[in-house]
Amino acid sequence: MYHMTSMTDPHRGQFRLSMLFNDTRYRSLTYQAIAAIVLALAIWYLGNNLLQNLRTAGLNISFGFLGDPAGYDISQRLVEYDSQSSHARAAIVGILNTLLVSFLACVTATIFGVIAGVLRLSNNWLVSKLMSVYVEIFRNIPVLIWIIIIFTIMTAVMPAPRAFRGDTPEATMLLDMFAFTNRGVYTPGPYFTAPFFANPFLNWVLVLAVLAGSLFATRRVAHWATGVQEQSGVRPTTWYFTLGLWVVPVGLLLLVMGLAWEIPELKGFNFKGGIKIGGALIALWFALSIYTGAFIAENVRAGIQAISKGQTEAAGALGLRPRRTMNLVVLPQALRVIIPPLISHYLNITKNSSLAIAVGYADVTATLGGITLNQTGRAIECVLLLMAFYLTISLLISVGMNFYNKSVKLKER
Amino acid sequence: MADLSFVRSEMLPERAPPANEVGIVKWLRTNLFSTWPNALLTVAAFYVIYLVLAGVLPWLFGGVWTTSSLSECREVLQGDVGGCFSVLTERWNQLIYGFKYPTELYWRPNLALVLLAFAAAPVLFFDLPRKLLLFTAIYPFIAYWLVWGGPIGVPVTAFVGILGAYLVFERFSASNFALGALGGVATAFVLWFIGGYLVDMMASENPLLTPVASRDLGGFMLNLMLGVTCVSLSIPLGIALALGRQSSMPLIKGVCVIFIEFIRGVPLITLLFVASVMLAYFFPPDATVDLFLRVVIMITLFSSAYIAEVIRGGLAALPKGQYEAADSLGLDYPQAMRFIILPQALKISIPGIVNVAVGLFKDTTLVSVISMFDLVGMIRGPILASQEWNGVYWELLGFAALLFFVVCYGISQYSQWLERRLRTDHR
Repeated sequence: MYHMTSMTDPHRGQFRLSMLFNDTRYRSLTYQAIAAIVLALAIWYLGNNLLQNLRTAGLNISFGFLGDPAGYDISQRLVEYDSQSSHARAAIVGILNTLLVSFLACVTATIFGVIAGVLRLSNNWLVSKLMSVYVEIFRNIPVLIWIIIIFTIMTAVMPAPRAFRGDTPEATMLLDMFAFTNRGVYTPGPYFTAPFFANPFLNWVLVLAVLAGSLFATRRVAHWATGVQEQSGVRPTTWYFTLGLWVVPVGLLLLVMGLAWEIPELKGFNFKGGIKIGGALIALWFALSIYTGAFIAENVRAGIQAISKGQTEAAGALGLRPRRTMNLVVLPQALRVIIPPLISHYLNITKNSSLAIAVGYADVTATLGGITLNQTGRAIECVLLLMAFYLTISLLISVGMNFYNKSVKLKER
Repeated sequence: MADLSFVRSEMLPERAPPANEVGIVKWLRTNLFSTWPNALLTVAAFYVIYLVLAGVLPWLFGGVWTTSSLSECREVLQGDVGGCFSVLTERWNQLIYGFKYPTELYWRPNLALVLLAFAAAPVLFFDLPRKLLLFTAIYPFIAYWLVWGGPIGVPVTAFVGILGAYLVFERFSASNFALGALGGVATAFVLWFIGGYLVDMMASENPLLTPVASRDLGGFMLNLMLGVTCVSLSIPLGIALALGRQSSMPLIKGVCVIFIEFIRGVPLITLLFVASVMLAYFFPPDATVDLFLRVVIMITLFSSAYIAEVIRGGLAALPKGQYEAADSLGLDYPQAMRFIILPQALKISIPGIVNVAVGLFKDTTLVSVISMFDLVGMIRGPILASQEWNGVYWELLGFAALLFFVVCYGISQYSQWLERRLRTDHR
């Protein structure tokens, strides 16, 4: 073994084989080399099995199937799609549906969570106990069971559309506008009588753009008010100005474009017109919201409790009013504790939305990982694409989270 | 001139506090009706409680427990409000054991569950004698034999292999950890190889316990088995991954980071799809690995990534002085980890690990999506689809929710108790 000495530094004495394990200079390299060999062997073994199995089954790895016509219908869709569209198109419909239900659930879960978390700290004994019962019940029962329970309410308890018919119907529409049926919820849908663009989507983009402009303008106003306050010590009253900036431009736009509402009506055996929200979407949306809301409530409570009472008292001693104490002292510190777990709950909502497959909501797991997989038999490709999608989302969210964490990190000197 | 000054010469008796400052009135005033909005909130809360109880109680107490189908329930109820709980009594065995596990063998999983209590006790409660851990060590093999049956040689061989590996590891690890670990693994494989031959040779036509196939497992038993197996397997794996992620060796660290982030980035359902449609491609062509084992592999990998993150938090929370103290005592890496770092880091991580365990136990219901008949799968599949019980939603779903609630709430209460017990700082 002495020929191996050439590998080492000749000035440090003779190289012995045992030094590979005992000398700290080489040990980590040895272990990594062993690990690399084991890893390579494992990959080779698995890859070899894969190739052999594929050969026996007469399969290959190819993503060409994505261009073939899908041949199945999706009722819940945000973009144009029919059964002649490609599998790739079906996957995009699924991705948009996943993002839709995740977004809706994130918003409502935050609302539920913040309300429940704040009420849990209420000095009203009954309310705080009720909220802890809510948190414990919803946290300790699987979300799949919640989804199924709410889906059952939506399909088995809600009346069929025909119950709304006749002179003395068994069911009536809420405010003559909303119909809760076992096929879904029908709500009035907005449309424009004098739109600027033929594509309805572009009109809504225009509305959003105006709202974004309002946001920018109100930020400028707040900035100006702060400037004046720093100069003179008195903050000018701006709320009516801000309110006007929010309401007037978008109101004018909607007026000019002629906003109108299409009320759902019972025609034949079903409701027509307005917006239909499927029972599966509602089940998934609501179940994810109340389930995750229970977790968020705990975070909110912990975040508020983490701010020591001395902070509030110090703010009071400086002469800040309670509302400003909340806005300027407590909330900025509490949010630093609340937001990181909140974002990981958003990530959980996105991942849990894959349970859509249990109630037949056409999210990406149900289209790409369900029907497309079963029809084409391309299990490996479909599951890989599915994982790549979720991985991208979660990486994006964690990049966002790191960015946020950096921006709120305590500036220590 | 009269002296108008007054000096009290005796103590006045204590007077009772005002009526609205004592007892129940005071409690009500401070806790329920302190301000107007608070009082409104209280009334609203009472109304909500009333609504819930008014809906649930008649249904619960008016329930029927002894009929054999939903239509019979309706006849008995005659339009009154009441649950049809007969489905629970009539389908009890299916809900708990699935619909294929042989009825005459139910005592075996029952016994395994009772023994589980004994095996888990010394792990959960530190005050019990440490010798009981010996039973914990052999429990997995007993449980396997009880649930699956078949030749006793299989669990015995598995146990002997692990025992041999442990003995070799203990013998050599004091002088050289790597040698001990590698020797242990090699010993286990040699023993398993020999044992495999012996078991094949001695396999009799009529084993002591009738073999049961994995696909015959089901019901809540399946949830419990998946939960217990995967959590206990994923803890050692999670520790290894956490240590790997902290390692200074770039290759090992990189592999661990990629693995953990990959697993945490995808939903469990996609991993279950891997188990059901994809994993079979990665085994040797002639191997038949049943679905249960494939699911156990994937769920274990899944939870080990989460447990690794929890333990990494525990490792990071230890003061740097602990690492330096271990170094200055002359301990090498394995010794420092085993005797100084991990005992403290794991203690900090216990609440987090229990949270992961509860989450994982809830997630075992997801296997119903890949057509395994766990509790939820049984309810949605065979029971609700049957002619007798088509439409008995609330009784079944409520029962499933109650079972999971009892187990998960129990575990989280245990975790809180443990957290108080382990708090060694002086407060």
